Amino acid sequence: MVLQTIWFFLWGLLWAIFFMTDGFDFGIGTLYPFLGKTDRDKRIMINALGPLWDGNEVWLITAGGVTFAAFPLVYSVMFSSLYSALMLILFALILRGVSFEFRGKVDDPRWRKIWDTCIFVGSFVPALLFGVAFANIFQGIPFDHNGVYHGTLFTLLNPYGLLGGILFVLLFMIHGALWISIKSEGDLQERAISTVKKLWPILLGVAVIFLIASKFSTRLYDNYIEHPTFFIVIVMTVLALLSVRFFLVRKTFFKAWFASALTIVGATFFGVIGLYPNLFPSSLNPRYSLTAYNASSSPLTLKIMLIVVIIFIPVVIGYQIWAYNLFKGKVTEEDLAHDEAY
Amino acid sequence: MDVVLLSRLQFAAATMFHFLFVPFTLGLSFLVAYMETKYVKTGDETYLRMTKFWGKLFLINFAVGVVTGITLEFQFGTNWSRYSAFVGDIFGSLLAIEATTSFFLESTLIGVWIFGWKKLSKKAHAAVMWLIAVASTFSAVWILIANAWMQNPVGYTIRDGRAELVDFAAVLFQKYAIFKFVHTVSAAYVLSAFFVMGVSAYHLLKKQHIDFFTRSFKIALGFGIIFSFIVVIMGDINGVIVAEKQPTKLAAMESLWETTTRAPVYFFALPDEENERNKIEIGAIPGVLSFLVKHDINAKIQGLKDFPREERPPVLITSFAFKGMVGLGFYFIIATILGWWKRNRLVDSPKYLKLMLLSIPLPYMACELGWVVAEVGRQPWIVYGLMKTSDAASPIATSQVLTSLIAFIVVYGLLGVTGFYLIAKNALKAPELTTDN
Repeated sequence: MVLQTIWFFLWGLLWAIFFMTDGFDFGIGTLYPFLGKTDRDKRIMINALGPLWDGNEVWLITAGGVTFAAFPLVYSVMFSSLYSALMLILFALILRGVSFEFRGKVDDPRWRKIWDTCIFVGSFVPALLFGVAFANIFQGIPFDHNGVYHGTLFTLLNPYGLLGGILFVLLFMIHGALWISIKSEGDLQERAISTVKKLWPILLGVAVIFLIASKFSTRLYDNYIEHPTFFIVIVMTVLALLSVRFFLVRKTFFKAWFASALTIVGATFFGVIGLYPNLFPSSLNPRYSLTAYNASSSPLTLKIMLIVVIIFIPVVIGYQIWAYNLFKGKVTEEDLAHDEAY
Repeated sequence: MDVVLLSRLQFAAATMFHFLFVPFTLGLSFLVAYMETKYVKTGDETYLRMTKFWGKLFLINFAVGVVTGITLEFQFGTNWSRYSAFVGDIFGSLLAIEATTSFFLESTLIGVWIFGWKKLSKKAHAAVMWLIAVASTFSAVWILIANAWMQNPVGYTIRDGRAELVDFAAVLFQKYAIFKFVHTVSAAYVLSAFFVMGVSAYHLLKKQHIDFFTRSFKIALGFGIIFSFIVVIMGDINGVIVAEKQPTKLAAMESLWETTTRAPVYFFALPDEENERNKIEIGAIPGVLSFLVKHDINAKIQGLKDFPREERPPVLITSFAFKGMVGLGFYFIIATILGWWKRNRLVDSPKYLKLMLLSIPLPYMACELGWVVAEVGRQPWIVYGLMKTSDAASPIATSQVLTSLIAFIVVYGLLGVTGFYLIAKNALKAPELTTDN
């Protein structure tokens, strides 16, 4: 019981860290055609995430791997149910990854144009579809007792699902624009700041609508009503979102970015806490739902994996912080002139 | 076409494409780390230029390898959900450990290496590449332990209709995993060595940057000659293990139909699966197979007819892939020994250089053939003796898989063309004369 509960929240934590880290990469990619007016702007944008995106993406691999290891039944039913959405995400991620590497390798505007498009598509599509997928998980997925999905890709594109998608895209765009504010100067920085200013009230509005819609479309609030202390997570998340604006006005961009990171983590945990103990609820019949208890691995595997995770995840966080710290500061002319730069 | 067949095609396409890039990364990371260390120790600029030149090719490869690896992990869930539910307790944890312990390190440090030339000391920067090399090798360790478990499941019990872990050490340290790892990684090192030798040969043939490419060639040659031997020796040991654990695979590899003592090896055999015999057999050497896998020329080896038809792997594909791989393995030994003999007069050996240039694709073929032997030879099982491939696929619509398969072919096709175009472009152009460091 205890092991499964620990793993449930670790599972949520890994997804939250993935959204928090790769989220700003997705945001930058989504804003890329709009903020990147010149080739130089574009290069600053991709070099701002250059040293970090690859390590960020591994949080997805780990979240997926841990789902497989700790909750094999969830892994199998979730990913086969969400087949088309997941395939679209994976192809988008492929395009995004190689675009960074390929874009600067041939000196031809048409060549760069191809990869510029891929960067946008490869960032926007995952941002949207992760939101759509998670919102649908919050409200339940139509699958039966055999784990067979009764729906199509379009089943997922219901109003609440799309609302979740829009929420994620906005969260990530603000997160990305804040990262650009940290990493750039002059015009580009100004545009990034004004983007956050414009998007922030929209995000606030969408977040409020999402919180209200969750009351009607999901059963997430059941856990909160049963244990009202958990409402603190929602309050903290809203406070984090408000402090994004607070720090932005004071031009302390890193703090604003950090507040935005906490907003993303909070938003993920809003759902994770509400879901507990469900990992993948069925909308056809609650009895078919996959939970931390009926879908987990054996106690031995959970124990071994817990030891691995307790040792290695702090180590990973340690060297990732070291890497972030190594590449702090603005993207400079010298950085761009560098042979290996994107 | 059903979901099982389409999913198999999709997985085969995705893995085989992924494995066009992975071996190069595995081997070249060590070669680049070695070159950079030489630069740090000697201060010789040529080594720095070598690090940058080969490092650039490494990075292009790495990018394609990484992005195509992600789809593999998720395909177990999307296309093989019955399999995933059955084996997740063991197989899933191995993949998760791989990501947590190795892939994270590799991916975080690759960014540090690319962008960190001026942010780190020279020593630290070289150390980063060593860590990348070690981490990618450990990635291979975990993935191959997982694959070995599919070939020879150990340390489990069947409970509630799935395989549950009972002995983790048995899974980690089974000899199938250990020898498979050494064999596969050695093959990867041979591939990267042949790539470096082949590209160097191209420039030496044109008599340009002779010092630069002679040195590169020799570094790769030393690496290549060692691992050409190791890969063949390990292959031989693997054969012994396969004979013990997967008799159907062994019989298919050798297209051996009748159970017999003094089992032969055929130089060439064309199997006729319908009539359970070989249509053509050339150059049978009696006793060799018995000797190779049981160390006794009189040992009895089980033929395919000993097993029900529905438990035999496709014989033609398995045996041809096997023979091709073995032939290439011996060729690599000969080619590297020849290189050793000519190592101090490479520029004056245009025929040998041409041979090495043309040899670049051969280790790629050998690696792919090796996986064909391993995976096709395991059929009809997805987990040998435990679960049939036909019972492992997801309960999803055929149209979904057909659509994604087409998308894979299109996207990977374009990716492959672009990737190899960039690799070729950067491999054939002259190395930078000066560096910005």
